[in-house]
Amino acid sequence: MSLQEPGIMTQPATLPETGEKKVTPILRVQHLNVHAGSNHILKDVNLEIPRNRITVLLGPSGCGKTTLLKCMNKLTDLYRELNVSGNIFIENDNILHTTTNIPGIRQKMGLLSQRPYPLPVSIYKNVAYGLKLKGVRDKRLIGFSVEKHLREVGLWEEVKNRLNAPATSLSIGQQQRLCLARGLAVKPSIILADEPTSALDPISSKIIEDLFKDMKKHYTIILVTHVLRQAMRLADHVIFMYDGEIIEQGSPEELFNNPQTDKLRAYLVDGN
Amino acid sequence: MRRIKILEEKFFILLSGFMAYSLIAVLAFIILVIFVKGFNALSFDMILKIPKGGYYYGGEGGVLNAIAGSVYIAFGATLIAIAIGMPAALYINVQLVRYKRTQNTIRYFLDALWGIPSIVYGAFGFALMLFFGMNASLLAGIITVALLISPIMVRTFDEVLSTIPKGLHEASLALGSTRTETAFRVMFKQGFSGFITAILLSFGRGIGDAASVLFTAGYTDNIPVNLDEPAATLPLAIFFQLGSPIPEVRERAFASAVILTAIILAISLGARYLSKRYSRTNLK
Ligand SMILES: Nc1ncnc2c1ncn2[C@@H]1O[C@H](COP(=O)(O)OP(=O)(O)O)[C@@H](O)[C@H]1O
Ligand SMILES: [Mg+2]
Repeated sequence: MSLQEPGIMTQPATLPETGEKKVTPILRVQHLNVHAGSNHILKDVNLEIPRNRITVLLGPSGCGKTTLLKCMNKLTDLYRELNVSGNIFIENDNILHTTTNIPGIRQKMGLLSQRPYPLPVSIYKNVAYGLKLKGVRDKRLIGFSVEKHLREVGLWEEVKNRLNAPATSLSIGQQQRLCLARGLAVKPSIILADEPTSALDPISSKIIEDLFKDMKKHYTIILVTHVLRQAMRLADHVIFMYDGEIIEQGSPEELFNNPQTDKLRAYLVDGN
Repeated sequence: MRRIKILEEKFFILLSGFMAYSLIAVLAFIILVIFVKGFNALSFDMILKIPKGGYYYGGEGGVLNAIAGSVYIAFGATLIAIAIGMPAALYINVQLVRYKRTQNTIRYFLDALWGIPSIVYGAFGFALMLFFGMNASLLAGIITVALLISPIMVRTFDEVLSTIPKGLHEASLALGSTRTETAFRVMFKQGFSGFITAILLSFGRGIGDAASVLFTAGYTDNIPVNLDEPAATLPLAIFFQLGSPIPEVRERAFASAVILTAIILAISLGARYLSKRYSRTNLK
């Protein structure tokens, strides 16, 4: 069974191995501001996310990383106190200002949160859920797709004999991979991962990290982390945030070996 | 200093243990007294027969009329309250998720409604009944009890839903579900076992309430076969029999109380069993 995912890449991208060679950004954020009352959470954020790369959002906790991710898939809609302005383009759609087909916009992105939130149904139905939302009714097609995505996250061999067991019977690490498979089943082009390994043991964390390295062939990954070493292991592109502002962005070599600002220098030394 | 701490700890453990067990003891005592007092009158006739002529003077028969009436009323009222409570609770938790203040206002009013004594619902139901030119009937009883238990139902559903992690809500939306799909496919599923408990507890509240059916359901020795016929209820059967000067009839009042208590205990046990069973797939 191959992991090839036809139809995901809308245009050929240079392979990640060639490093920072310019590729058209898949996602652009312009002048993004988020206020909660008098609290200015995100301050004029401008950034570009390169296609088929792992972009790491780095910064101390409370600096607005989660809020930035939530703007990207419009989960900020759930919080009335958050006032969002600016532009976010995915390909060429300005998603921040559309009110139509929000589910469609969200399906361009798969979300992996700090701790896994499997749906309260079986392992199988978790992965099948997104397909059902998309109106796929063909049982065989669903079964085929469930297997494919469980293989994609390396979970198939572990769960193939208990697909009808509750998803919550899996270990936390397995649940996180299940959530990833569930997200992949709706065929996103971007993966938003918000500190996806922070609740996991080292072995499960490593599995997720390795998956991300493989997955960037087919997906663009935006990884939030405050673990410096994880950022160093995975990043193709780094965005350093501090107190709601983007302080530096660029290649890992530039940022980690030659930080331009005191804030980043201090963060690299003591992680804060 | 250490010794005092240890003593203090021991004292409070003893005290709280004592309180917990005495509560259970009181419950057991109530059940025991009712059972002992009603024991002589307990028979299959009590639950299988309706009152024959002269039943209230110690003649033959049973309280099947009241059992049936109570079950019909509680069942009908529960169905109506579910139909009101489920959409209302989902609306509060899913559609109003951004409007904390509206949510809290609604919850405040529901709590207030929960606290209104059932005799007030009874009086309101009575007024409503007269307004529509209805007689005391099964339907009027069902509507009044539905009004009584609806706030309970909405608030317990609401409690269940509000304990669902926000992350699950977000995960569902992030997959591209609409709000309605999130409400019915994810939140409903996660809350299901809690809903069963809420439904059975509301049913228990409805079947045991006397004041709300006092003026609205009427009383009859027959089992109602139509919504516009009056219906007897167990709480009122207990009330009438207990007021009798004849000792055998008073015994039957206690036997009726045993029946009512047994129904409510069975419902609680059922609630526990079912909610365990259906929480298997739940996210903890
Ligand atoms: N819904 C909200 N209402 C008010 N303040 C919020 C809300 N969400 C986040 N914040 C504030 O925004 C800041 C950034 O939070 P967050 O994005 O979660 O940071 P991070 O993910 O980097 O730890 C915090 O100070 C937090 O208190
Ligand atoms: Mg965060």
